Amino acid sequence: MSETWIILGASSSMARAFVRAVAERGDSVLLAGRDMDDMARSAADARTRGAPLAEPVFFDARKPDSFTPILDRAQAVEGPVSAAVFVGSMPPQDEIDADPGLIEGVVSDSFSGPARFLQSFAPLIEARGAGNVVGVASVAGDRGRIGNYVYGAAKAGFATYLSGLRNRLTRAGGHVVTVKPGFVDTAMTWGIEGMFLVAPPEAVARDILKAVEKKRNVIYTPIFWLGIMTIIRAIPEPIFKKMSI
Amino acid sequence: MQWKTAEYAGWGRAYRAHGPLARPERLSALAAALAEPGPAIGNRRSYGDAALNDGGAAIEMTRLDRFLGFDAETGTLDVEAGATIGQIAEAFAPRGWLPAAMPGTGFATVGGCIANDVHGKNHHGAGSFGQHVTALTLMTGNGPREVTPEADAALFRATVGGMGQTGPIVSARLRLIPCPGQRVVVEESRVPDLGTFLDRLDGSEATYAVGWIDALARGKHLGRGILEEAELAEGPRPGPEKRAKSVPLDLPGALLSWPVVKAFNARYLRRIPDTGRRSKKQINDFFFPLDAVHDWNRLYGKRGFHQFQCVVPVEARDALREILTRIAKSGLASPLAVIKRMGPGRGGMMSFPMEGYTLAVDMPNRAKAAPLIAALSRMAQEAGGRIYLAKDSVAEPAVVAAMYPELDAWRAEVAKADPEGRYQTDLVRRLQLRSPA
Repeated sequence: MSETWIILGASSSMARAFVRAVAERGDSVLLAGRDMDDMARSAADARTRGAPLAEPVFFDARKPDSFTPILDRAQAVEGPVSAAVFVGSMPPQDEIDADPGLIEGVVSDSFSGPARFLQSFAPLIEARGAGNVVGVASVAGDRGRIGNYVYGAAKAGFATYLSGLRNRLTRAGGHVVTVKPGFVDTAMTWGIEGMFLVAPPEAVARDILKAVEKKRNVIYTPIFWLGIMTIIRAIPEPIFKKMSI
Repeated sequence: MQWKTAEYAGWGRAYRAHGPLARPERLSALAAALAEPGPAIGNRRSYGDAALNDGGAAIEMTRLDRFLGFDAETGTLDVEAGATIGQIAEAFAPRGWLPAAMPGTGFATVGGCIANDVHGKNHHGAGSFGQHVTALTLMTGNGPREVTPEADAALFRATVGGMGQTGPIVSARLRLIPCPGQRVVVEESRVPDLGTFLDRLDGSEATYAVGWIDALARGKHLGRGILEEAELAEGPRPGPEKRAKSVPLDLPGALLSWPVVKAFNARYLRRIPDTGRRSKKQINDFFFPLDAVHDWNRLYGKRGFHQFQCVVPVEARDALREILTRIAKSGLASPLAVIKRMGPGRGGMMSFPMEGYTLAVDMPNRAKAAPLIAALSRMAQEAGGRIYLAKDSVAEPAVVAAMYPELDAWRAEVAKADPEGRYQTDLVRRLQLRSPA
């Protein structure tokens, strides 16, 4: 029986590519985000590509009130329900320096909002004894760097949360995949200086789906980021603190 | 809205532009990007400067590429303009449908196919791309506007083949054609000279017909080549799915020098036995043969290349012979030279097709290429033909104006849709398409 995916942050290009991949294998999707017109178009795309059901639902990571209708809708769907989290925000570090209040928004979008949603969603997986959670963290969460350490800190928090959630859901028949993408060619990275080895969202989506099918726990995508981050993590802090990478 | 300042080029890489590029992923972002004057562009498969706006902004439409609905009864597809022909073929051929007109590359976007009113190997029967568009949506300052051939005939015909000058095309409704299977049956035969080639093209009853020409052959061999005639056929895809290769770096320009091309062409011709051959091909291999090598335009080196493409009326066989003779004598031609019989089908005021023979030849961007192409363009004009704006980078304004009889009507319609001239491109300015000098 095909699964139904709740896609949080469905307007992002990585989410869109993932939606296409699951629609083409016959899964249903609930597309959750703020731009309802955009999600209606993406829902049409998913249906045209093979999703038996594709619906837009309103979701705002900073408004927990928006979570309940989505969870109710998921409850009403038959069969296993999974969730994939693509939300996050990365204001430039200098804007955060100028207005430290922005930190709360970054943490809500990239960590506490999705975590709170998943916390309410986890019982559904436990009740049905099946279902996947895909959480998109980031290589930026592996080590705090001068350029984006607030975003990195929020994603690190989310990765740790996912690790704990995996610990919990595994014993109930569920599975959690933590995804750590490197640089991906999205609206978020468009025009940012210093990007290299930028991966197309379709390649990342393929890697994610493969990881779901093979029940992988933590993946780096594209895979060479595993090597890059292994090196970066190994740099001793006395040296790292003086580097600008 | 995020802008990225970048250098970009047409497919021929002979012309480049520098300026801020937006790549909206949703309609709201597209609407925001319109604050900056600049044309909408696709995958930049036009060879010259049709998709360039040097010094100004441009909006890349490639991320607005969703299918918005498909009617399996009628084969009608609603699709965003950034989707490519290859994506549509890949998704719908297994369901029994293909785009009615497919250009030689699957990387062309729907928006680009409309803006250039492209044609395919079946143009003689099926007409141009725009003739299979039953509605399109333009983004305007007041939001999306649907344009149909029935309700807004003039604006529709100014948009099809209109080089993006009526504003960004957001989406379109396409009538696909039935496709019985995953294969194409191709008959290839050698053709000894130009006269025979034109006779064979005239007499061909195949749905898809196109000729490859050895554009360096002269004298009695002038116009020799291979005629390909093909039909869509039932049956699964022959052979496994193939992965595209790529050209990792700009190759030295000498690679495509006269002796190399000469030797290649002779060998390529001999590939086909005297008696011809019949084979089964994958849909992609037949329609988009060059897409098998990504970035093949790098084969021409840093300086890039030009493509000359004209169409001349059927009565103008002699002019075609003169054009081909001139190309052969120049020694500039690359192995990529194509000839085809066109039908009368065209969808817009500035559409390229006309009943006649079309010839397309790639040439490395050496010093004598541009003057040669300018001369060839004049020859095409004198013969009552025209050149293809999607390929052009060197023609003169007066020559092009003389080739496009509906230019004034198009200007008037474009002036209404874009009074401030926000969507102009390098090509439009160079050819003074929007206003005579």
